[in-house]
Amino acid sequence: MSQRVTIDPVTRIEGHLRVDVEVDGGEVKKAWASGQMWRGVETILVGRDPRDAWAITQRICGVCTTVHAIASVRAVENALQMEIPLNAQYIRNMIILAHAVHDHIVHFYHLSALDWVDVTSALQADPGKAAALAESLSSWPGNSKAEFTRVKERLAGFVGTGQLGIFTNGYWGHPAMKLPPEVNLIAVAHYLQALEVQRHANKIVSILGAKTPHIQNVAVGGVANALSIDSQSVLTVERLLAVKGWIDQLSDFVKNVYLIDVAVIGGFYPEWTTIGRGIVDYVSVPDIPLDGKNTQFALPGGHISAGDLSSFKEIKTHNDAYFRDGVAESVKHSWYEGGKGPLHPYKGETRPQYTDFEDEGKYSWLKSPTFYGQPMQVGPLPRVLAMVAAQHQPTIVYATQTLELVSTVAKTKVGLDALHSTIGRHAARAVGCAVQVDELARQWDLLLANMAKGDLNTFNKPVFPKDEVAGVGIHEAPRGVLSHWVVIDDGKIRNYQCVVPTTWNAAPRNEADAPGAYEACLAGTPVAIPDQPLEVLRTVHSFDPCLACAVHVVDTEKRQVVKVKAA
Amino acid sequence: MRVVVLGAGNILLSDEGLGVHAIERLPLAYLLPGAVEIIDGGTCGMEMLDALEDLDALFMIDAIRGGQPPGTPIRLVGDAVPVFFKTKLSPHQIGLCDVLATLELLGKAPKYTAILGVQPRSLALGMELSPEVEKAIPTVLRMLVDELAMLGMRARQLTVKTSEIPRW
Repeated sequence: MSQRVTIDPVTRIEGHLRVDVEVDGGEVKKAWASGQMWRGVETILVGRDPRDAWAITQRICGVCTTVHAIASVRAVENALQMEIPLNAQYIRNMIILAHAVHDHIVHFYHLSALDWVDVTSALQADPGKAAALAESLSSWPGNSKAEFTRVKERLAGFVGTGQLGIFTNGYWGHPAMKLPPEVNLIAVAHYLQALEVQRHANKIVSILGAKTPHIQNVAVGGVANALSIDSQSVLTVERLLAVKGWIDQLSDFVKNVYLIDVAVIGGFYPEWTTIGRGIVDYVSVPDIPLDGKNTQFALPGGHISAGDLSSFKEIKTHNDAYFRDGVAESVKHSWYEGGKGPLHPYKGETRPQYTDFEDEGKYSWLKSPTFYGQPMQVGPLPRVLAMVAAQHQPTIVYATQTLELVSTVAKTKVGLDALHSTIGRHAARAVGCAVQVDELARQWDLLLANMAKGDLNTFNKPVFPKDEVAGVGIHEAPRGVLSHWVVIDDGKIRNYQCVVPTTWNAAPRNEADAPGAYEACLAGTPVAIPDQPLEVLRTVHSFDPCLACAVHVVDTEKRQVVKVKAA
Repeated sequence: MRVVVLGAGNILLSDEGLGVHAIERLPLAYLLPGAVEIIDGGTCGMEMLDALEDLDALFMIDAIRGGQPPGTPIRLVGDAVPVFFKTKLSPHQIGLCDVLATLELLGKAPKYTAILGVQPRSLALGMELSPEVEKAIPTVLRMLVDELAMLGMRARQLTVKTSEIPRW
């Protein structure tokens, strides 16, 4: 007898994602991912000035404001075929990278680690043994016996009052929780330390972006930061030196804590290196441009078919027709008027047509994007695999080092193939984060070196033609490929479509009824206790779902915060 | 004394964005003491952690669904504050709720929190406030000034013509 389990919503953050799974014989047989809010931000943009679009699109999402600002200005610049100053690229790159590092640290420690770490078990830990273990793996100063003792006492105080606060909703004591108490204690200590460390990344974004959480400094044509060697009121060398200090502290944490925690936790869950494989067709795009025209990049991207790295086809520039021509969206299983087959985003339509949740029909507000007709997985795993395939040395070094540590802890050889999995997505995110924090430091160097040459330009004025022009803004955002597609007519927006990472991953079935990435990755996931579907959450959370930008507009009145229906 | 006035909400969803609209008008309507920081929080979550830690008072301005006629000003304090977050009357609060819970965990939660807002009429897609909510904004700002006065902080009313107030 199969059981139907509905999890609604799945995210601990912004947005509303519903996942339905059919469980039979202790594992998921079939899954449906459904965006529960209507998307329609695109319609707000029609008729507006393209120079204002970035400020509006960064309001789409509460988690990744900056990424939409970046993709939007890139789309308009692409339509105008304009070049932007090098300083503007470096400043944007630093914002992109600092945001990504922030996002990954917070995602792992604060939004998903508690799927693997049993907070209450940490109370049984011996702080001395925890310190011995942690100190054997890393030089991080926050791994002392005294530190772990303090954390354990603080946690005991919390549990003693019966107020678990933010830890209330965890599946404590679930049979799928397998870490020893000492590892749980180490993870809880690092959870708290990560709260301190994440602020460095946030400060970088706010100094460069002039404001946080919504940056104010980007503009079509560059950035609005005035650079100066000596003036007090603008982005000075002194402020940039403060930024460098924060970069160094982030780097220390990412390499000596985050990467190691992911490897150790992964080593204790070896079975999760084969669960959650699903779609192994991957797409990522190059990012961190090193010239003004988006033709050379620090971090490569591209397309990998069937999980085979030798199939890697590099996407070389943001004008690469291979990306631009490959994307289409189907609404066959989405609550929109359709009948025209998959449409390219320039021709995309967004006209709602709600039905009930129909297993074989329409069941989601998300459209279903494909790349040359195939559903894709996007995000840190596709990104890291593409960089490995492109022989990006720093990525190869961090990936190898991480897999070696996983192998040591698991006491068995764990290779690159283990990355095509639920725990592999976490590992890839950490490897990618280490690469990003190094690149952040390099972009800082490039900015300073360019300023030292006397170049302080940050803005080229855009000129809009009378004719119709179209452009795509491509960005490898923390959750994967983000693209904004704009059609401009006589200086006004005629069509605007955002194809966001979570739409790729949480897509419903496509025109050919093939499942999206979440749906495919959930098939085969074990479920020990249907009304406590921790294993399902692990796989979904490994994608770092963020539905707020995938879909829009809402009526949540009288909805429960978390509802698990086991029927 | 550290006080934050936080405008929360999504300006793409008409009345959902009233908190952001209200805090944009606040500095044009009143001259506030230096200790009061105005933050446009939008729909953000964890990025707000630093800005909201160790506050003497947090005043959040937001759309509040309290079963009242549209445009009714609403003030929530004391026990009503955690209930407001728990029942998630609007979509961005999953994020803010996590931020406040994390501040509790760190022992850095605001000493005093009040939520000031208006019963929304429309949460449809759009960047304009409904007329009822638009009319209630000056009342909400007045409520905020009264809150500040209770903390001994005086705000001075400025005279600005409505036509000079910038809008999205």
